Amino acid sequence: MIMKSSVAELREAARLIRRDIIDIAYLAEGPSHPGPALSIADILAALYFRVMDADPRNPGWAERDRLVLSKGHACPAVYAALAGRGYFDRAWLTTVRRLGSRLQGHPDMNKTPGIDITSGSLGNGLSLGLGIALALRLLRKNCGVFVILGDGELQEGMIWEAVMAASAQKADNLTAIVDYNHFQSCGGTDEIVPLEPMRAKWESFNWNVFEINGHDMEEIVSRLEMAKRFTGRPTVIIAHTVKGKGVSFMEADNSWHQRIPSKEQYDTAMRELAGGSE
Amino acid sequence: MIQYDKISSRDAFGNALLRIAEENPLLVGIGADTTKSMGMQKLSEKYPERVINIGIAEQNMTAVAAGMAATGFQVYAASYAPFSTLRAAEQVRTFIAYPNLDVKIVGGLGGLSGNIEGVTHQGLEDVAVMRSIPNMTVVIPADAASTEVITEEIARIRGPVYLRLGRGAVEKVFDAGYRFQIGKANVLKADGSDAAIICNGAVVARALRAAQLLDANGVKARVIEMPCVKPIDADAVVESAAATGAVITVEEHNIIGGLGSAVAEVLGGRRPSPLLRIGIEDIFTESAPHNDLLDRYGFRPEDMAARIGQFLSSFNSKNEEEA
Ligand SMILES: Cc1ncc(C[n+]2csc(CCOP(=O)(O)OP(=O)(O)O)c2C)c(N)n1
Repeated sequence: MIMKSSVAELREAARLIRRDIIDIAYLAEGPSHPGPALSIADILAALYFRVMDADPRNPGWAERDRLVLSKGHACPAVYAALAGRGYFDRAWLTTVRRLGSRLQGHPDMNKTPGIDITSGSLGNGLSLGLGIALALRLLRKNCGVFVILGDGELQEGMIWEAVMAASAQKADNLTAIVDYNHFQSCGGTDEIVPLEPMRAKWESFNWNVFEINGHDMEEIVSRLEMAKRFTGRPTVIIAHTVKGKGVSFMEADNSWHQRIPSKEQYDTAMRELAGGSE
Repeated sequence: MIQYDKISSRDAFGNALLRIAEENPLLVGIGADTTKSMGMQKLSEKYPERVINIGIAEQNMTAVAAGMAATGFQVYAASYAPFSTLRAAEQVRTFIAYPNLDVKIVGGLGGLSGNIEGVTHQGLEDVAVMRSIPNMTVVIPADAASTEVITEEIARIRGPVYLRLGRGAVEKVFDAGYRFQIGKANVLKADGSDAAIICNGAVVARALRAAQLLDANGVKARVIEMPCVKPIDADAVVESAAATGAVITVEEHNIIGGLGSAVAEVLGGRRPSPLLRIGIEDIFTESAPHNDLLDRYGFRPEDMAARIGQFLSSFNSKNEEEA
């Protein structure tokens, strides 16, 4: 049930995810987090439209690969990908955060088909992913677990508890993806609590490390597929990204961490994401 | 006409904090990537070195706060209610409350004000946890004006306090003349011999409206604000039970462990009385705007008035049968 989308098709899928993120930001309830969501749009397109084995008609399929959105506030991107894959009606997207919606402000595994685990309190996702990975291993299932982490989120101590435990457990079915966009809520990670040397940190904890441009679809796909096959140790993919990627005025402008676009900004963003002639 | 505050309780807190800091050079603020969103912006503009963003790391923030307090500072450690009180619960208990250090735990997004973010960000168990920790004072302002007064008052205590704040601007109840004393209730509507409504937080305005609706139906309820849940004003609880024979609590919290429980503990020990606890009925809620959630989860004044009316008539008729 893996989709064999080409790189060109994945780029198109990412564009549509971005349009949905902007729709959610403008049409759904209250300020959502467009910057954090746009940052991971390409990675999610690659995961949901090619790398992950999953079945939208059977979201609970035991043999599926799993995704943990540890930076749960970026969930509009996941909702867009899930709707794009047909997990639920696209009309749900603009209900995000509204009373009675099945699409919560942060991912809820009991309300939203396709969400593998609840998240939204930062710093917990890698442990959740490790738990899933260990359970799958005990069940002798050959499934991959992908955990998407924010860079600021790595300031949570529990992340590093999980980093140590995952390599101790040789959890090679676990792949962490760091969305390294150099921003957090109050500003730049490099000013608040720098994460460098990022690569050396993970290497010193005995993880297999790949580094990619998180917006280069070929590189994303190739490293995600390598990570899925990698044996003996867990893999981290350090994805160099731009917060707000794809909408010129949101790129690297952290005021878009959580904010509602004006009508004019919405129109501009949608024009930029119109596709076709580039 | 419903009147809203011009600023959020978080900004009101920040305004008061700046004033206190001007008087007390040993005051510092610390946040876990929350210094901006918890109202410490003004303080950090004036005294940049006295506001620390420790990173997204609430346990770290809380223990660092304890270390600074042990070294002579009054520390305001601010994050969102579920993170400051649950994520860092053990650091609060063992390293702040146990040694009785001067740290104010400030939790934003309290009650349903975590609104659109959903369950992960709503503080509906925070009061229960903080209240159960020895040495801890627990305060819940109703609006912006009272937040400023309360923030200045708790600064006078040399010890741990949990200050529960909201998110956006809420219904205005008080003005700058608001008076607050640790352990003291605040009578908002003194007349009323049929029932006593004891409330706090952003639902005080709604409780007052419920009392008006009851009044129109001939049910006279007095209204008491209980901004300090611990120590609770036990005498005020007992007096209002004695004067009315029925107590109702209204709070933006799980009905287990918060104001309703604190009032039940007092009544159980000193004056057993019928008690209706209005709050979140031990369930997880959902994402939506604050007012939508308040309406949906039992805080519509009309719904509260109806529930209170039913409650009063249920045991009044029982009393008649027994008589
Ligand atoms: C435990 C916890 N603390 C604080 C928050 C509030 N919060 C939401 S997003 C965010 C910043 C996240 O930064 P980062 O991980 O770098 O992700 P980005 O949005 O920058 O991609 C914070 C502090 C939270 N959700 N969970």
